[in-house]
Amino acid sequence: MVVDTKNIHTPHPPTGLADNPGSDRVVRSADAQRLDVRSDFPILAREFDGLPLVYLDSGATAQKPKTVIDAVSKYMSERNANVHRGVYALAQESDAAYDGARKKVAAFVGWEPRTTIFTKNVTEAINLVAYAWGRANVGPSDVVLTTQMEHHANIVPWQVLCKERGAQLRYLEVDERGELSLEQLDQELAKGDVKLVAFTHVSNVLGTIVPVAEMTARIRAAGAISLVDGAQAIPHMPVDLSKLGADFYAWTGHKALGPTGIGVLHGRTEILGEMQPFLTGGDMIASVDFDGATWNELPYKFEAGTPPIAEAVGLGAAVDYLVELGMERVRAHERELTGYMLDRLQEVPGLRFVGPPEAENRGGLVSFTIKGMHAHDIAELTSRGGVCIRAGHHCAQPLMRCLGIGATARASVGVYNEASDVDALIDALQAGLKVFGL
Amino acid sequence: MDDLYRDYILDHYKRPRNFGELDPHDMEALEHNPLCGDELGVHIRVKDGKIEDLRFHGHGCAISQASASIASEELMGMELEEVGKLNADWAIDLLGIPVSATRRKCALLGLKAVKGAVTGDNSWPVGPA
Repeated sequence: MVVDTKNIHTPHPPTGLADNPGSDRVVRSADAQRLDVRSDFPILAREFDGLPLVYLDSGATAQKPKTVIDAVSKYMSERNANVHRGVYALAQESDAAYDGARKKVAAFVGWEPRTTIFTKNVTEAINLVAYAWGRANVGPSDVVLTTQMEHHANIVPWQVLCKERGAQLRYLEVDERGELSLEQLDQELAKGDVKLVAFTHVSNVLGTIVPVAEMTARIRAAGAISLVDGAQAIPHMPVDLSKLGADFYAWTGHKALGPTGIGVLHGRTEILGEMQPFLTGGDMIASVDFDGATWNELPYKFEAGTPPIAEAVGLGAAVDYLVELGMERVRAHERELTGYMLDRLQEVPGLRFVGPPEAENRGGLVSFTIKGMHAHDIAELTSRGGVCIRAGHHCAQPLMRCLGIGATARASVGVYNEASDVDALIDALQAGLKVFGL
Repeated sequence: MDDLYRDYILDHYKRPRNFGELDPHDMEALEHNPLCGDELGVHIRVKDGKIEDLRFHGHGCAISQASASIASEELMGMELEEVGKLNADWAIDLLGIPVSATRRKCALLGLKAVKGAVTGDNSWPVGPA
């Protein structure tokens, strides 16, 4: 891994840094934060029609560093055996690899391994809570509160739960800046009927960073439970769950430079301990007889069947990689890149972006529309320049209705992106406008 | 010239034919493309077992809008029985451009709405051929 502290020459230096002659100190510190890790990611050497791959869709899934690919390959080549069953040496190595990955993943976010559960993805993690906690704790006169900016994964499980239990689902509104209101949260909690508040850490459409600690403090004071969807936060900024105060926090491996097929749910011991299992079967039991069964201890109670072992090992390697980069640096790098993207997007005629106008209050993604051009066509045309961006409703149809738009194009960054990727996006957008005669 | 965004495609996108509402109408349907959030609805007026008039409404990408617009001109006066038999190749040939697997749903959204309105069956598949 190369972490370059030298100046990286780009045709368009980020606004506010190199353009400002009186701020040498600022320039130096910004350069020290900048990452140069592109060569760690083998896929970024690919070309399409002779053009280098410009990957700006990390909000959908991140590319993988060679260390992750090698870790999965090494596990499969040298250590593969089922976990928690065998007494032979190979099985012990596999156990150590799987539970070792859990320790790394837990430490990465300041949480305990025992209350760090591996799932398939965030969707399964949220469903686990909706079924195993929700069915036991949400009744006919209760309310589940979520927000207008959620991914479908943090809406639909609550809709199904509330319908089944005769409970009510209410939504915190998104204001014109693309942010939530703590006052509205206070008003909702003051009604006294909210059992659980489920909200995102970073919006996958607006980019908004939600003030999680302020929210969870209020939710706890009101006697309710909080669940935070950290899918768009974990790989992009330092996250210390011991300070955030969430009762449940879910995130996914594949957006955090790890493999697909593995998600993570962190929960409080006292809550997880009281909960009944979600999925039942092998590995999650303490004992079974013909009349019934008792449950294994945490976290295994919530990991039925053979778990995603190689995927966990890969995620462990991804976490090692991110720790070595330093999450403060990752955030600084992506914040600078996002600021540069927001600045340069304003050069494109008819372009409007949604969400907070400053990079400071955003994760590493920008969703936008262009007058006279549908998002799907924007993404098709940028792909002609080798630039991969997303188009559509981003699994957030209710939010899109609030915003009054059918679809947006979304460019999202990762540790491997550079200012030149943003330049390629702008060039591709300008070329696309010409095709449409705009 | 661009393979996909040919002049006539962009012309139909920017000035779609037979778009708007049609009241009163005898048949209607609304279709969504869950992938991209596109919405395309259709109102149809029927006379003597034929499409007498038809209007599309909604929003979508250049491919879905142009496809509906081009098809609308062919559908005028068509026997309902014939509409029920139209297949995906009909719409794609009419569009006249190479359609990738991901854009196939866009290209077929208009015909799916029309077939749904005419036959009452909205299960016509528009997935990969």
